[in-house]
Amino acid sequence: MRVMLAMSGGVDSSVAGALLLAQGHDVVGVTMRLWGGSSDTGCCSVSDVDDARRVAQQLGLDHHVFNFGDGFTAHVVEPYVAAHATGVTPNPCIECNRHLKFDALLERAAVLGFDAVATGHHARIEQREGRFRLCRGADPDKDQSYVVHMLDQSAMARTLFPVGDITKARVREMALDLGLRTATKPDSQDVCFITSDGGRRAFLGDRIPLRSAAVRDLDGNTVGSVDAVELVTIGQRRGLTLSGAPSRRFVLDVDVPRGEVTVGSAEDLLREREHVEQVVWTSSPSAGDVLVQCSAHGEPQRATIRPGGASIEVVWAEPQRRVAPGQSAVFYSLANDEVLGGGRVRR
Amino acid sequence: MNPTPVAYLDHAATTPMRPEALEAMLPFYGERYGNPSGSHRMARDSRRAVDEARDTMAAALGCRPGEVVFTGCGTESDSMAILGTLRRRGGVAVCSSAEHHAVLHVVEHTGGRVVGVDPCGRIDLDVLADALDGDVSIVSVMAVNNEVGSVSSLDGVAELMRSKAPNALLHTDAIQAVTWLDMRGITATADLVSLSAHKFGGPKGVGVLVVRDGVALEPLLLGGGQEHDRRSGTHNVAGIVALATALRIADTQRADDVARIGALRDRLVDGLLAQVPDSLETVPRHAKVAGSAHVCFAGVDSESLLFLADDGGVCASAASACASGAMEPSHVLAAMGTARTHAGGALRLTLGHTSTDADVDHALTVIPAAVQRIRSRSSS
Repeated sequence: MRVMLAMSGGVDSSVAGALLLAQGHDVVGVTMRLWGGSSDTGCCSVSDVDDARRVAQQLGLDHHVFNFGDGFTAHVVEPYVAAHATGVTPNPCIECNRHLKFDALLERAAVLGFDAVATGHHARIEQREGRFRLCRGADPDKDQSYVVHMLDQSAMARTLFPVGDITKARVREMALDLGLRTATKPDSQDVCFITSDGGRRAFLGDRIPLRSAAVRDLDGNTVGSVDAVELVTIGQRRGLTLSGAPSRRFVLDVDVPRGEVTVGSAEDLLREREHVEQVVWTSSPSAGDVLVQCSAHGEPQRATIRPGGASIEVVWAEPQRRVAPGQSAVFYSLANDEVLGGGRVRR
Repeated sequence: MNPTPVAYLDHAATTPMRPEALEAMLPFYGERYGNPSGSHRMARDSRRAVDEARDTMAAALGCRPGEVVFTGCGTESDSMAILGTLRRRGGVAVCSSAEHHAVLHVVEHTGGRVVGVDPCGRIDLDVLADALDGDVSIVSVMAVNNEVGSVSSLDGVAELMRSKAPNALLHTDAIQAVTWLDMRGITATADLVSLSAHKFGGPKGVGVLVVRDGVALEPLLLGGGQEHDRRSGTHNVAGIVALATALRIADTQRADDVARIGALRDRLVDGLLAQVPDSLETVPRHAKVAGSAHVCFAGVDSESLLFLADDGGVCASAASACASGAMEPSHVLAAMGTARTHAGGALRLTLGHTSTDADVDHALTVIPAAVQRIRSRSSS
C-alpha cells in the first residue's frame, strides 16, 4: 500500500515508519504543522519537525511538512479557550485527532493518492466478521485507544497503527537497534500549545479574562477563593486556597457565570449517572453493560448505557466520582479490549 | 524514488550554477587558498582574484569597483542597507508590503512604515507619497517581486523621494532582477542595491551590496576591516570569483535569455490557462519579468498541488516556507488583494537559464492533472 505516515518527531511514529517499510509498504512521512505560536512540550515545535525529518532521512522516506494551522486553530485551540470560558474541561488532543489527524489528514492523503494514513498511536485495528474493530494497544500502560475512540468504519478502513501490536519497551528497543535519534526521547506529556513556563494560566489569560471566584461548601459558607475560576476543574483537589480545611476537599461544581466554586468531600463527588453527548460509534450504536473510561489512563468502570434522546445515559454499577463536563467518556466492551464508541460528558 | 524526467521550475528559489562559474571557483577551494588580506604571494594571488571579480561586477552593474561590497548573502545585504542606514543617520525606514521578508521584517522590527501595493504587487506611489516626509532616512523597494515577478517603478519612487524626502536613500532588493533586467539602470537610480549570487547562476553563500559613492553606512560586522571597513570578515574568494563570472554571463546573455525563456514562459502559462478551468494569471505579463509564471487555481490548496507536482517530477513552489518547512499563506498575495479563493491555490513556476521545452511539456502534463485530481477528490 501507499501509506502516509504522520510523523510527530517522537519515537512511536519513528518506529512505525520502520515497521511499515519492513511490511513492504510505500511510505511517505508527513509532519503536521499545527500550532504557529510558541511550543515547548508538544508535537509541533520546529525541533520536533527536525527530528521527524532526520528519522525519515535515516529510514529513506521522503518527508513533507503540511500546514494545518488554520484547522488546528479553528477546531482545537478556539474550542479549548471557549470551553474554559464556560467552565468546561476540554480534551484538545482528542479534538486534534478527531478533526486534524483522522479527518483533514485522511482527506489530504486520499487526494494525494495514498491508500492509508499511519500514526504512532498505541491502539489496534482488527478486521473481523466484515467490520473493523478498534482495540486497545498491546501495551496496557501505553494504550491510546481512548484518544482515538472517534474512528468510525470508514476511517479505520484507511488507518494503520503499526506500533499498536508491540509494547513501548519494544518500540524503544527497536529504535535503539535502528539507531534512531528519537530512541530515548521522552514521551510528550502536555498540551502542545501550552508552554511549560506560562502554563494554562498564561495561555488563557492572553485570550479571555480570568476572574476570581468564591469557594463555598455545600452549606453555602465561603471557605476560600480562587483567582481564576476558568482554570478550575471538577474533581480537582490541589490548587485551592481554603481556610481551616478539616479534611480533603474536592471541587464538586464550577459555575463560571456566577463566579462560584463548590467544594465537598470525596463522597459528595459521587454520582450515579452521567450523560454523554456527541457520541460516535466505531461500528453501530450499542446499549447495555459496558466499561466506561473517562480519562486517558483512567480505570474503566462498569456501567449500563442506554440511549436518552440526543445523549447516552451512563448508569454506573457503583457510584463514581463526577466526571468534568467536556471530558470524553469512552465505552469499551466488557472484556475491556474493544472500543464501542464515545462522546463528551454533558454539563 | 524520484520519477524521471524532472522539470526544475523553481529558479526564483535558486538556480543551477552556470558551469563557467563553478569551474572558476574550484581552484580557490584547491591550490589557490590564500587569504586575500595577507601580504605574501598566496595572499596576493587571492587578492588579485577578488580585485578582478570586483572589476567584473562593476562593469556589469554600471558602477565603480569601489562601490561593490561583497557580503555573505542577499539577506545580509538587505539588513546592511537598512540597519546600516538607520544606525548612521537615524530616522525611519519605509518599504512596500510585498517586500521579501529580508526587508519587510527589518523595517517592521525597526518601527518603520509599510506601504501598500497595487494588484500587481508594485508599491503604490500615491500611498508612498503620503508615507514620505523628513523623518524618512531610507526607502526600500524591490526591483522584481520574488513571488509574482512584477517589476517596480524605481524611477517613480526616486522621483517622489526627490520632492518628499530628498535626503532619504533609495535601497532596492534587486535579487530577482539580474537575469532579466539591465542592472545599469537600477544602479543608476538607487543608492543601495542588494544582489545574491545563487539567484543568477552563482553559488549560495555570497552576495553584494552596491553602495554608491557618498553613501555612508554603519557596518553590521566589525573586525578586520575588509571591504574598506564596510564589511569585516575573510573574503569568500571562491564565491566571489564565481559570483562575478555568473554576473558577467548573465549580463552578456541577457537579451538572448529573456527572449528564449520568455517564449517558454508564455507557452507554459498559455497552456495552463487553456487546460485548467478557473485559473488566472496572477500578474499580467507586461508587468513582470520573463522567467516568472505565477498562476492561481480556484478550489485547490497549494500544499496538495506542490506535493502532486513533486510526485510527478515538477519542482515548483507557492509562497515562502516557515522554519519547520510548512507553507505559510503568502503575504504578497494578501498585500495584492488576490481573492482568497484563488490565493489558496497559488503556484509559482519560475524558469531560468537551464529551462527547456521539455520542462514546459512536462509541467503541462503534470500540473493540469494534479489540479483536476485535487478538485475531483476534495470534499470541500
